[in-house]
Amino acid sequence: MSETPQTPLVGVLALQGDVREHLAALTAAGAQARPVRRPEELAEVDGLVIPGGESTTMSKLAVIFGLLEPLRERIRAGMPVYGTCAGMIMVADKILDGRDDQETLGGIDMIVRRNAFGRQNESFEAAVDIKGIDGGPVEGVFIRAPWVESVGAAAEVLATYGDHVVAVRQGNVLATSFHPELTGDHRVHALFVEMAQRA
Amino acid sequence: MSTTSASTSPSAENPAAPATGTARVKRGMAEQLKGGVIMDVVTPEEAKIAEDAGAVAVMALERVPADIRKDGGVARMSDPDMIDGIISAVSIPVMAKSRIGHFVEAQVLQSLGVDYIDESEVLTPADEVNHSDKWSFTTPFVCGATNLGEALRRIAEGAAMIRSKGEAGTGNVVEAVRHLRQIKGEIARLRGLDNHELYAAAKELRAPYELVAEIAQTGKLPVVLFSAGGVATPADAALMRQLGAEGVFVGSGIFKSGDPAKRAAAIVKATTFYDDPKVIADASRDLGEAMVGINCDTLPEAERYANRGW
Repeated sequence: MSETPQTPLVGVLALQGDVREHLAALTAAGAQARPVRRPEELAEVDGLVIPGGESTTMSKLAVIFGLLEPLRERIRAGMPVYGTCAGMIMVADKILDGRDDQETLGGIDMIVRRNAFGRQNESFEAAVDIKGIDGGPVEGVFIRAPWVESVGAAAEVLATYGDHVVAVRQGNVLATSFHPELTGDHRVHALFVEMAQRA
Repeated sequence: MSTTSASTSPSAENPAAPATGTARVKRGMAEQLKGGVIMDVVTPEEAKIAEDAGAVAVMALERVPADIRKDGGVARMSDPDMIDGIISAVSIPVMAKSRIGHFVEAQVLQSLGVDYIDESEVLTPADEVNHSDKWSFTTPFVCGATNLGEALRRIAEGAAMIRSKGEAGTGNVVEAVRHLRQIKGEIARLRGLDNHELYAAAKELRAPYELVAEIAQTGKLPVVLFSAGGVATPADAALMRQLGAEGVFVGSGIFKSGDPAKRAAAIVKATTFYDDPKVIADASRDLGEAMVGINCDTLPEAERYANRGW
């Protein structure tokens, strides 16, 4: 960490999804947080959370409102990004079981399978150990959740559940299949805020 | 409240036992729908149009409310074949309606694997005293409400999401506005009460004290609040969001209009940029005919669906 850590300004992509929960978790983790829906708002933030939601809807809205290329450009330039659930799908270089026209932003060399854990009746909670997060496992809340089918050499697996990879980091991009923002535990957000601080 | 939470430490060989159907995964599912539009569809083709337009989920039903009104008779759960067809046509979540108190229809919907059950006043109630016990299901429920007390009674029964009832199938947003203002107004009133007054408030609302006290503290429902009933235009959707709805259901408004694909996409845009009149204006251009609509004050009492449920 730098000598005088600045409070980073972290955006939450607010096209659709559980934006408010992420704003609250980021604030609790020590960041300044605000919603981002427009390219000019994106330009102002130091880092970005892509929330849970419906990835096909987010992808469509990102295209319609001219955010897709600016988002890709910022990610390529090294902006810290954290994606949960639908957000994990958005930062995957490649996806399975998406719509044919579904665009992702990329950022992590991985293949993510959409809705891999099943429909809502299969949604579940379970404890998950995350590499780099001390103090015991986090409560993993998996909702129609994706999993990571395979990761490239540059990507680091941070957590698995059963046989499946559920948390990955590559450089400044972090992704989880589950939703820490729905729990009162802000350790994953704190890790991301630290990433945004260092970047 | 509901079920277990996993607390044992996981390992690769022996992962922590998953807990399904918890209040958190049920309510959390609705959190993922926020800022989105849920569209009524009656065929797999309509479901695809809705998904193409950016819907966050579809509501599978046999007839849209406008047709239920026109046809009369008893309205029931849809044919399982029709629900299966819609589930296989799209990759987004699929909801379906059971009659109020018809817990066997709800059991059937759960067995079909729908993602949310709407215990809905749009169908003919099966029980005039009791709603279904929603805690006993793995599949989450959304229920309609016209006021805060009704919303809290549904949450006490296990509803994981609340929507205004509005007056479905009219294309008239007036009742949805009334219900949302009522709910928000009553929440605001609770905020101003002291601890001594909350017991009487709970009695007045005919709702559990614990829920009333929680809302007095947080200033919001413990579950996601959507709007439903009468949304027909992009501006209607944006209005409901500005009034505090976290997303919108659109029933007859889309597929009873002249150009459903275009109107559906326009309502999605206006729901995301609900506070930006320029985006709403652009979304409102050249949409063709809106559904004709019905004036709610000329509706006979017996045809007001919002009066069903209690």
